[in-house]
Amino acid sequence: MSRLIPHLETQNLSAYYGATKAIEDVSIIIPRNQITVIIGPSGCGKTTLLKCLNRFIELEEHARVEGKVLLNGEDIYSPLIDVTEVRKKSGLLAQRPYPLPMSIFDNVAYGMRIHGLCSRRELAQKVQYYLQVAGLWEEVKDRLHAPASQLSIGQQQRLCLARGLAVEPEIILGDEPTSALDPISAQHIEQRLIELKQQYTVVLVSHILRQARRLADYVVFMYMGKVVEAGPAQQVLNHPQHERTRAYLSGEF
Amino acid sequence: MGEYGLLMNNLRILRSRRAKLDSWVRRIFWMFSALPFLLVLTILTALWLKAQPLLLAHPLSKLLLGEAWRPQKGEFGFLPFISGTIWVTGVALFFAVPICILTAVYLSEYASGRVQRLVKPLLDLLAAIPSVVYGVWGVLTIVPWVEESVAPALGRWGDICPIFASANPTGYSVLAGGVVLAVMIAPFIVAIAYEVLQTVPAGLRQASLALGATRWQTVKYAVLPRASTGIFASVILGCSRALGETMAVLMVAGNVAQVPRSIFDAAYPLPALIANNYGEMMSIPLYDAALMTASLILFLIVLALNIFSILALRHVLRESE
Repeated sequence: MSRLIPHLETQNLSAYYGATKAIEDVSIIIPRNQITVIIGPSGCGKTTLLKCLNRFIELEEHARVEGKVLLNGEDIYSPLIDVTEVRKKSGLLAQRPYPLPMSIFDNVAYGMRIHGLCSRRELAQKVQYYLQVAGLWEEVKDRLHAPASQLSIGQQQRLCLARGLAVEPEIILGDEPTSALDPISAQHIEQRLIELKQQYTVVLVSHILRQARRLADYVVFMYMGKVVEAGPAQQVLNHPQHERTRAYLSGEF
Repeated sequence: MGEYGLLMNNLRILRSRRAKLDSWVRRIFWMFSALPFLLVLTILTALWLKAQPLLLAHPLSKLLLGEAWRPQKGEFGFLPFISGTIWVTGVALFFAVPICILTAVYLSEYASGRVQRLVKPLLDLLAAIPSVVYGVWGVLTIVPWVEESVAPALGRWGDICPIFASANPTGYSVLAGGVVLAVMIAPFIVAIAYEVLQTVPAGLRQASLALGATRWQTVKYAVLPRASTGIFASVILGCSRALGETMAVLMVAGNVAQVPRSIFDAAYPLPALIANNYGEMMSIPLYDAALMTASLILFLIVLALNIFSILALRHVLRESE
């Protein structure tokens, strides 16, 4: 409870697709070095909220955002902020992995290259390091220059994790990152995320309650575009304050 | 029990009738779908048979590489026409490909949905303009432009760079044909390249953007490499359209049976040869067979290119699933 230092914060955040309001008046904090899991029934705005955190919402046609998202106290929607910088600070794990059409090595090196993060000599070292952090190094060290598409889907997701970490983000965003994976691969990813919270802030969207119980330090429960309840996992998952949260947790919808 | 047996019997009859009808319908549909394939085979065979007299009278190498076209003397060298086709098509691709790919990338990756919905139908409209209209436009606009502006300007470099040498006083040339063709094939290349780009999953773009890449970096490193096979196929399809295009080229390319040495030389592409001469001078021995040979050459090239691009596009579709 004492470690709740906000890393990200939303203030009166609303997002619209055309005339439809997807999320409304969301004001939450995302605590630093913890795993925050956003839960709620499908269509409640979980993914939209996540997309607001790295300005991916802007890729949708007719999408509009009101309110603020503060990263280290700075509004990422401010016109003074470069959107690529915002995205660089947050690694994204999508529902299914999308390796870039290049080799395993180049996938991890991609972000470092486009941002000019390190010299050519350091590159190989760093690629190895991030593949190790993602728990993939042992499986791919002999075929680093094979196309990434040859990996299994579970390996691809870990590759995407390594690729995201390589741009040295502060935050890892996961949009149901285990939903396309088999149980063993999913466990791999969960294990990595638990390790990574030492250095990163993790935000996950999940529709699996058990996963939320396993991983979450902090929970945000959403319903119909609004945040019903947010707080430390112990509190929200075990002693929910709101009727709706209780109903959702007991599997009523 | 007896009634039940009767009912089952009727049902069986009904069922067998339905089955019979079904199998007939299937056969009829199969026949119609087989028709295009048969047609291609028939045309190919017919051209082959009709070309036989010439193919038997002269060795193939002499026909394909011969520069002299004097039907009255029995000399049938197809090189002027083959090289004319290649020149005109090459110039067309030179102009069309970069512009088309950039247009397709812009439409697919940068333009808003509204612009896409506006521009796409316009492009399809361009594709629907009859080629003779393009031909007239070429005669009225491009040919004088080549004659009055381009040839005098670039002709000065002719000594250094022979492809700019300007010996032809008119604008009817490889360049005019190429420019008109480029405009004609552009809508096709753009349309197919655009469709191919649309098959690239949004998740792939997002993967790159999420790493803080700009749109251009995303296009360059993620989208284009993924779409490269399909874009190549779109270029090949455009190329095969250019090879076969007749009317517009015939009107502006000059139609002189020579091997062009410069973009300002007149050219005589294969389709123009066939269209201009079939039905005339048929009394000359082997002339008929020679035109059939020209058709056969054209047909085989275009067929090969089309098969190639269809296979490539199929590969793209399979990969995007």
